[in-house]
Amino acid sequence: MPYFAQLYNFACWLIGDRVAAEDLVQETMLKALRGFSSYQQGTNFRAWIYRILRNTFLTSQTGLKATASLDSEDDALPEPATLETPESILLVRHEQSAIRSALESLPIDFREVILLSDVEEMSYQEISQALGVPMGTVMSRLSRARKAMRGLLTAASEGVKR
Amino acid sequence: MTCDTWRERLDAYIDDSFPPEELNQLEEHLRVCPSCAAEALHRLKLKHATKAAAAARFAPSSEFRSRIAQGMPSRRKRLFGDLWIPGLAVAAAILIALAGSSVWEWHAQRQQALAELVDLHVTTLASVNPVDVISTDRHTVKPWFQGKLPFSFNLPELENSPFRLLGGKLVYFNHAPGAQLLCASGKHQISVFILQGDWKFALSGTFPASAREKGFNIESTRSADLRILLVSDANPGDIHELAELLKAAQQP
Repeated sequence: MPYFAQLYNFACWLIGDRVAAEDLVQETMLKALRGFSSYQQGTNFRAWIYRILRNTFLTSQTGLKATASLDSEDDALPEPATLETPESILLVRHEQSAIRSALESLPIDFREVILLSDVEEMSYQEISQALGVPMGTVMSRLSRARKAMRGLLTAASEGVKR
Repeated sequence: MTCDTWRERLDAYIDDSFPPEELNQLEEHLRVCPSCAAEALHRLKLKHATKAAAAARFAPSSEFRSRIAQGMPSRRKRLFGDLWIPGLAVAAAILIALAGSSVWEWHAQRQQALAELVDLHVTTLASVNPVDVISTDRHTVKPWFQGKLPFSFNLPELENSPFRLLGGKLVYFNHAPGAQLLCASGKHQISVFILQGDWKFALSGTFPASAREKGFNIESTRSADLRILLVSDANPGDIHELAELLKAAQQP
């Protein structure tokens, strides 16, 4: 199954539970098999199957709860105040755990766009197809997501300094 | 261009999506502006660090791998109970599909279409920004789609009807662009999908006039070369009434 391990990793990040992630991946694969005839050869298979996984997640109880609790698009998460980058300290000292913790704290729509861009290395066009939103929305959401991530890392680094 | 303007576009630069025709300009600015160059470097480092921290963070267990390889369902209680079809049915379906059964293809297309419509509707309702153009005025909503769709459609006057237009957005259904309008009927919301009717199951007339999927009512109607699909938890009578208004609005 193409992208099996990546889909599982993405599912775990979305849903935060390994057992639920297995069910989500399994369900995604079933849906993909059932709907494979609707997949158009030559179009982006990766974006297609990630979209199935994401839509399945969003319609699950966990997904509905996660999206229902989202703040508005202008999330009031802290932004770094200056170019001083305390996150660089964390990148060296507590890099992985700090980043993982920040990612887990992000609202689901921010987390997924960062995962698709930075982890899966999808182009904006692919992300647009996977999320079913226009490219402009992908770009603005990614920008806000990264600001939020930097804000969380800044807040975490200030906690470390204290 | 100011530093602030460049910085707003640095994400596209680190994502290799910066317009090539402007790349020289940006790189020239980065050469002479240490502050923006540092900002670009920090963003790039964070991008790489995110990949290192999050990629392959969770690996599927060997038990899960082998279960998937065997195509067998889990014995655990599942979160997505209604969507599950037993392993044997999957195996049978795959065999039928491999044998090229048109019945299976038709059924799979239809089920996939219904499921995708419901997914789009639910995702819209769950979104903090359900529509991209927010207006109750059809003369605002319809023009918003100009240049975004390869076809045009009409919207009915809903003022003296039990329905209210809430807005619309562009969607992709079956890999083609279409309009999704959101209407209210009392406290229920109805998604109206207006699509070009040139997909296989639409032309063959096999798409059901009404159906139920995961508790949602779906109605389908056609007008000229447009396919109009409505999805909601509202009662089928109300959905049908709105479908008729939409269909009538397409008449010349």
